[in-house]
Amino acid sequence: MRDRLQEWVPRIVLAPSFAAIVIFVYGFILYTGWLSLTDSRMLPNNEFIGLANYEKLFGLRHWNVALKNLFIFGTLYIVISSALGLFLAILLDQQIRNEGFIRTVYLYPMAISFIVTGVAWKWFLDPGIGLQNTMHQWGWQSFEFTWIKDRNLAIYTIVIAAIWQSSGYVMAMFLAGLRGVDNEVIKAAQVDGASGFLIYRRIIIPMMRPVFLSAFVVLTHLAIKSYDLIVAMTGGGPGRATEMPATFMYSYTFTRNQMGVGASSAIIMLIMIFSIIVPYLYSEIRAGRDKK
Amino acid sequence: MSASSQDNALQTSGIMRAMIYALLIFFVIYYLLPLWIMIANSLKPLEEIHSGDMLAPPRSITFEPWRSAWSTTQVGVEATGLRPYFINSILMVVPAVVLSTFLGALNGYVLTKWQFRGANLVFGLMLLACFIPFQIVLIPMARILGMLGLAGTIPGLVMVHTIYGLGFTTLFFRNYYAAFPTELVRAAQIDGASFFQVFWRILVPSSGPIIVVTIIWQFTNVWNDFLFGASFSSYDSTPITVALNNLVNSSTGVKEYNVHFAGAILAALPTLIVYIVSGRYFVRGLMAGAVKG
Amino acid sequence: MASLTIDKLTKSFGAVDVLKGIDLEIEDGGFLVLVGPSGCGKSTLLNCIAGLEKTTSGEIRIGDRNVEGLHPSKRDIAMVFQSYALYPNMTVRGNISFGMEIRGIAKADQDRAIQEVADMLQIGNLLDRKPSQLSGGQRQRVAMGRALVRHPQVFLFDEPLSNLDAKLRVDMRTEIKRLHSRMGTTIVYVTHDQIEALTLATKIAVLEAGYLQQFGTPDEIYNDPANMFVADFMGSPSMNLIEGRLTASADGLEVVIDSHDDRSISLPVPDSAAMRQHLDHSIVFGIRPEAMTDPDGADRTSSRVVTRDCYIEVSQPAGSDTFALTKLGGKECIARFRADARIELGSFSPVSFNMTKAVFFDPSTKERIR
Repeated sequence: MRDRLQEWVPRIVLAPSFAAIVIFVYGFILYTGWLSLTDSRMLPNNEFIGLANYEKLFGLRHWNVALKNLFIFGTLYIVISSALGLFLAILLDQQIRNEGFIRTVYLYPMAISFIVTGVAWKWFLDPGIGLQNTMHQWGWQSFEFTWIKDRNLAIYTIVIAAIWQSSGYVMAMFLAGLRGVDNEVIKAAQVDGASGFLIYRRIIIPMMRPVFLSAFVVLTHLAIKSYDLIVAMTGGGPGRATEMPATFMYSYTFTRNQMGVGASSAIIMLIMIFSIIVPYLYSEIRAGRDKK
Repeated sequence: MSASSQDNALQTSGIMRAMIYALLIFFVIYYLLPLWIMIANSLKPLEEIHSGDMLAPPRSITFEPWRSAWSTTQVGVEATGLRPYFINSILMVVPAVVLSTFLGALNGYVLTKWQFRGANLVFGLMLLACFIPFQIVLIPMARILGMLGLAGTIPGLVMVHTIYGLGFTTLFFRNYYAAFPTELVRAAQIDGASFFQVFWRILVPSSGPIIVVTIIWQFTNVWNDFLFGASFSSYDSTPITVALNNLVNSSTGVKEYNVHFAGAILAALPTLIVYIVSGRYFVRGLMAGAVKG
Repeated sequence: MASLTIDKLTKSFGAVDVLKGIDLEIEDGGFLVLVGPSGCGKSTLLNCIAGLEKTTSGEIRIGDRNVEGLHPSKRDIAMVFQSYALYPNMTVRGNISFGMEIRGIAKADQDRAIQEVADMLQIGNLLDRKPSQLSGGQRQRVAMGRALVRHPQVFLFDEPLSNLDAKLRVDMRTEIKRLHSRMGTTIVYVTHDQIEALTLATKIAVLEAGYLQQFGTPDEIYNDPANMFVADFMGSPSMNLIEGRLTASADGLEVVIDSHDDRSISLPVPDSAAMRQHLDHSIVFGIRPEAMTDPDGADRTSSRVVTRDCYIEVSQPAGSDTFALTKLGGKECIARFRADARIELGSFSPVSFNMTKAVFFDPSTKERIR
C-alpha cells in the first residue's frame, strides 16, 4: 500500500504549483476574457454586451495612438537593438582584451529597473537641465533637443532609453551564438580564400538565424509589455502622445473606470504576444525533441 | 558565454584593431553615461545642477541628497525618505524568491525524474505562463487579493510574485535536472531512498549553480517590478520602485534632481551589486530565459 | 540467494511494445547474461526486474516471491549501473553506506559492512575520496561495493564495463567472474558485447526486437544457434552464412554453393526428414570461421572434414591466426588459417570445412533446420 502511495507523491507535490498556474494564469485569462464581453465599469458586472467593448476600443483615439506608438516603438526597438547587439557581439568576438569587463558594462542595464533607467533618461533628455542645457553651457547656444516635450517625437526618446537597456542583452545572445559556431567551418572558409568580412556576411551571420529568431521573440514580447519605462519617463505624455497598450489598459481600468474596455485591451495584448510566442515555443520544443 | 577559445577573429591590421577598440570604448561610455549622470549629479548641490553641466563631475561634493533620499525626503504625503519602502521591498523579495525557487526546484524534479502521462502538457502550460502580459491578470488578481484579505499587503505581493515566478523557476530547474543522470535517482531508489530523500540528498547537493541562477533571476525581477507593486500595494506596503516613481513624478514642490538621482541609485543598488558580484549567473539566467528546449 | 523466474513478461511504452512475452528462468547462484543489439529491450527487462519500470503484464518471481508492485528497495536486489551512478556529493564511504543509512542500520554495523567490502574490493584507501577523484576502474569497484554491501538475493548489472577501456574491461571481467564464484549470488547481467556474454554467463538470453531469440548455455548459444540472428550476433568474427542450393546425389544430400568464376563447390549435408523438405530449394549454410581452415590446421578429432578449393581474395594476418577472405554464395566469407599457413592471393587454395560444426537455416523463416 505504501508503495502505491509513493507513486502519487510526485503528482501531489506538483499539484499546488499546477493548480496555481491553472487558476491564476489561465483562469484569470478566461475571467478577463469574460469581463471584456460585459458592461463592467468601476466594478466587474455580468451584463453581457457581446463585442461592444472591442468596437468601442478600436474607435478610441487613445487606443489607436497606443497601437501606432507600439508599432513605431516596436519596429525601431527590435531592429536597432538587434543590429546593435549583433554589431557589438562581432566586435567583442575579435579576441578583445578585457572582454569580460566590456561585456559586464554592456549588460548591466538589464539588471536595473526600468523605473531607475527612466529617471536617468528623463532628466538627461530634459531640455531644462539635461543634454540641451549642457550643450549650452559648453557654448553651443543654438543646440536644441526637446524631443521629450514634443508630442510627435517623445516616443523616440523612449526608443532611445529602451535600446540602451536591452541591446546588451541582445549582444550577449549573439555572442553566445558566435561562440557556438564550429571553428572548422570558419577554417574551411579561410582555406577557400574568404576574407574576414565575407566570412561574417556569408557564413557566420546566416548561421545566427536561430539567435535572430530568439532575439526577435524576446524583444517583441518586451515591447508589447513595455509599461514601466513609459510611466517613469513620460507618464504617457506629453498629453497622451506616448500612450502604449500597457499604459492604456492600466489607465482605462483603474483610473477611468472603464473596466470592460481595459479588459478587452488586455485580451488584444495577449493575442499579440501569443501569436508570436506560441509558434516559437512549439517549434523550440519540437526541435528539442528531435535532437533527442 | 563560455571562455572557450575562439578563432573566429578576423585577421586584422593594426589600424583595424584600433578602430575596433575605439568603437568598443565609445559604447562603454554610452552604456555608462546614465550611471555616471546619476552618480555625479546625486553628489551635487541642487544649484550646481541648475546652473551647470550635467555631464561634469561635481565641483563640491555633498552627501546631503543621499541622506535626504534615504530618510527625509517627501515621498507621497510623508517625509520618510525611501527607507521604509526599501524595507518593504526586502520583506517582499526574500520570501517570494525563496518560495518560488523552492517550488521551481520541486517541479523541475518531478517533471524530469518522475515522468507521468501529461507531464509535457503541464510543463507547456507553465512555460507559456512565463510570457503572458501581466495586464491580463490585474483585474481578477485585485479581486482575489481582496477576497483573501491580502489586498494592499506584503504577503499579497509575495503571493503574486511567487505565482508568476513559478513558470521561469520551473523552466530553469527542469532544464538543469533534465541533464542530471537519471541513473543516480534509480540507484538511490534501489538504496531505498524516498521521493524527498532523493530530492534532498541527491539532487539538491548538486544544484548549486542553478539555485544561484534562479535566485538571482527572481531577485532581479521581483525587486525591479513596478506593475504589481503599483497595482496591489497600499501606502504601507509600497515597494521601492513605486516609491521612487512617486518621488520623481510628484508635481508638488521644487524638483530635487540630486535627490531623485540618489534615490534611483538606492533603488538600483541591490540588483546592481548582485549583478557585479555574480554577473556570470545573471547572464546564464537571461540566456535560459531566451533560449528554451 | 534465490532463483529468478520471468513468466510471459510484456512491457509497452504507450503504443510501442518493447518486450513481447519473455520467459526466462535462472537457478539460484546462476549467472544470466541478457545480450542483444541496442534497442532490443534488454535494459528495459533489467529495469523491470529491478522495479524501476512497471511491467505491462506477466510475472517476475525472486525466489518464491512475486515482486509485482514492490518498490525497488524491497525486492532484495542490488544494481550496478552503466555510468556507475555514484552520488557525486558523497565520499566513497557515503556512497556505500547511503542505503544502510536509509534503512536505519546502526553505525557500528555500517562501518563493519563497509570495511568488509572495502577489503574484498581493495578500495580501503579510497573511502574518503569523492567520485570525481577516482579513475574509471576505481569507480567501477565502488559501484560494485555499493551493491555488494547489501547482500542481495540478486545482483543486477547494466552494461557495467562499457565505459572502461579495452584492457581494463578484460581485467574487470575476470574480477566479476571471480567475485561470482566466491559469493555464489545470482546475477543478471546486461551487455551488448557477445564476448562478455560468452565468458561470464552460465546462461545466456539473446534478445532482439523485444523477443527472446534463444535461451541456453554459452555452448548451446555458440555452437547450436536457434536461428540466423543468434548465429550472426554471437561470435567474432561472426559465423559465415552462405546461401546455397540443397540437392540430392548418390552419396546423400549436398549443398551446392557458387564460388569464384562460375565455379561452384558442393558440401555434404546430414540427411533428415526436415532437411529433405528443402530439397531443390535454397538453404543457408552456416559455418564459423574457425571451422574453415587450411588443410594442415583442420581439427583432427572431427569425424567429417571435407576439403574444397576456394578462391582467396584477401588475407589479414592477425598475429595468432590469419584470416583468409573468400567469396562463397555471392558473399564474403572468412576462414581462419594458421598464422604460418601459406596463402596465395588471387588463386584457388584448398580449404577444409569441419562439417560437424556446420548448421543450416531456412532462408525464409531464418530458423534452424534440424
